[in-house]
Amino acid sequence: MSSLVTRVRLKQIELLLQKGKRLDERGLLDYREIKIEQGLIERAEGSARCLLGKSEVLCGVKVETGEPFPDTPNEGVMTVNAELVPLASPNFEPGPPDENSIELARVVDRGIRESKAIDTEKLCIEPGKKVFVVFVDVYVLNHDGNLIDCSALAAMAALMNTKMPNYEIKEGELKIKQGYTPLPLKSHPVTVTIGKINNTLIVDPWLEEEQVMDSRISMALNDEGNICAIQKGGSGYFTPKQILEASKIAQEKVAELRKKLDW
Amino acid sequence: MNDKPEKLIDKKGIRLDGRKADELRPLKLQVGVLSNADGSAYIEHGKNKILAAAFGPREMHPKHLAMPDRMVLRCRYHMAPFSVQERKSPAPSRREVELSKVIRESLEPALFLELYPRTGVDVFVEVLQADGGTRCASITAAALAIADAGVPMRDLVVACAAGKVDDTVVVDLYDAEDKLGAADVPVAYMPNLNAITLLQMDGILNHEEFEKAMNMAMDGCKKIYEMQKEALKTKYMVVKEVGEE
Amino acid sequence: MPIFFEKKQLVTPGELLAEGEYLPGENTYMEENKIFASRIGLVDTDNKKVNVVALRAFYVPKMGDIVIGTVVEVGFNGWTVDIKSPYTALLRASDVLSRPFKPQADELSAVLNAGDLIVAKIASYDRAHDPQLTVGEPGLGKITRGQILHVTPTKIPRVIGRKGSMISMIKQETGCQIILGLNGVILVTGKEPEDEEIAIEAIKKIEEESHTSGLTDRITQLLKERKGKVEEKVEENKNE
Repeated sequence: MSSLVTRVRLKQIELLLQKGKRLDERGLLDYREIKIEQGLIERAEGSARCLLGKSEVLCGVKVETGEPFPDTPNEGVMTVNAELVPLASPNFEPGPPDENSIELARVVDRGIRESKAIDTEKLCIEPGKKVFVVFVDVYVLNHDGNLIDCSALAAMAALMNTKMPNYEIKEGELKIKQGYTPLPLKSHPVTVTIGKINNTLIVDPWLEEEQVMDSRISMALNDEGNICAIQKGGSGYFTPKQILEASKIAQEKVAELRKKLDW
Repeated sequence: MNDKPEKLIDKKGIRLDGRKADELRPLKLQVGVLSNADGSAYIEHGKNKILAAAFGPREMHPKHLAMPDRMVLRCRYHMAPFSVQERKSPAPSRREVELSKVIRESLEPALFLELYPRTGVDVFVEVLQADGGTRCASITAAALAIADAGVPMRDLVVACAAGKVDDTVVVDLYDAEDKLGAADVPVAYMPNLNAITLLQMDGILNHEEFEKAMNMAMDGCKKIYEMQKEALKTKYMVVKEVGEE
Repeated sequence: MPIFFEKKQLVTPGELLAEGEYLPGENTYMEENKIFASRIGLVDTDNKKVNVVALRAFYVPKMGDIVIGTVVEVGFNGWTVDIKSPYTALLRASDVLSRPFKPQADELSAVLNAGDLIVAKIASYDRAHDPQLTVGEPGLGKITRGQILHVTPTKIPRVIGRKGSMISMIKQETGCQIILGLNGVILVTGKEPEDEEIAIEAIKKIEEESHTSGLTDRITQLLKERKGKVEEKVEENKNE
């Protein structure tokens, strides 16, 4: 079946929106059902799976050692990568990351990095020489809309689940000891994505809504409710008033998402 | 290793490069600088030097990428290896891929895509020298290149960033302020339609600061918009004056 | 009801031109009762219609238009023609050959080959298909001699002039045959290359100064001057 949304369906979506309703009977500002599970991949230092409606993202965190960046010799390193795995959608093709998976990775990265979620100074093993490197791999397993929020939740939950091996420096050598320490976290950023169809703002656009919406805006907020990342996407536009409205909506939805993270 | 300056903005509100909070860096715009492109523009914004070219509307290559009912806009943002302090590999980085996408999405709302089905417009942006705010300068130049190519537009798209250094919200951050500052908010705008076509943010801002930054960026956009119109008119004005002997 | 411009003002895309009881004309669009320019050009009104004469535009095919194009490729049952438009045009073999057509590529390249210039008419064009050309009318077909020049398609009406007055004058003064392709491609064929040069110079001048007044006089002047020089030269050659 074609993934094009028919004109009839589009009309249906628009009419419902005018009444403040959506196809799956949600309110304009409602999230779909969210389920988060942690620790499913024992081989990874941390892992979590987020189900947002039928969208499914698995995130695995691997912690290794490496060299710090020259301009931050006392800080650990974090990197986020995202895979739009081909089995997640008929439109995902195997191959190197395309602009969508790169944007997804960078948006998730921004929320975590700018909010200083990870206390990178505590990841320093030997200043200037050795630090912990945290690899966050976002693995999209099913695409049913709003991969940004789903991935951000999975990534945050995976980080909260991450344990680093204990170590000691003996005779200039790094030796792994018994036991683990949880990854030191300073903030628990949460991302809210709002789509725009005609001039109606909707939270958590679902796949069909994504295909008809003209633009979206995602905002990541830290524990204090301050904004640490914003990304507008799509080929439409927002008025300044709509942007401010979106930021208010994001502020309101954040508490609900944090609860799912158990934070 | 450079020493990090203690303050990015002093007590009198003067920034490291001598500007006030609401001052833009010097700007120069030129339209029609490349003879082979259908449309082109060159921008110097502070130390940024960026060239933009537009080709089309023309047949899409490869053909299967064409859309039956609309025109397709493709955009490539690329930095020259010598454009930054440490030589950058010519291969497209993840940042360049993301910026190519957001720049395209900032220009699309200005185009009447349904008017020319099955065709494509290719926009190439080359950053020859970078000093912060390249995506905004790129959008400003790219919009002029598209208009210069004779592609109908709803409005010119103009872009400007604002952000926070120390505790002050300022407009148009240059590279040092971007790296050491507290937040950066690039905005692309179509002034006559009051439409924001690009909005990103990284850093930490409370909601008040964000609103202030967004408004400052839009004010910067409006100023640059006047320069865009002038640059476009200047190219065609020369033609006009020839006849008026 | 307000208009926001002066006659023949230079406007840029997105500039607000009028509000209220006006109609959007060429190179403008309407949103919520306001009319904006969509291309850079000179704005003017024609009754209630606001038009912008674009200073930069490209040719979009229209049925019935005469165009001049270059054959780019010889295909199986026709030729692909570049008409300086976002869309490539097609000329079917069946249109050119008077007898029933047998698909052998060699035959076709003997009739028209890549690099040939043709004058054709747009026989059909719609959103879903590339324009189809026809040469089955008098005056159309392969071009064998002359010089080609390109002007922005929006300037062609000015080259034609009111009721064809401008182009007639140039034809008369230079003795050249001039075919104006509505796609901005012009063919000038004269007895001598010098005559063709004069015609080309005149047309180029019209393109550059198309929006100014007094152009007709200046063109007349130019033609007289150039023609005078040519006549002098002819006299010189005679006396040698």
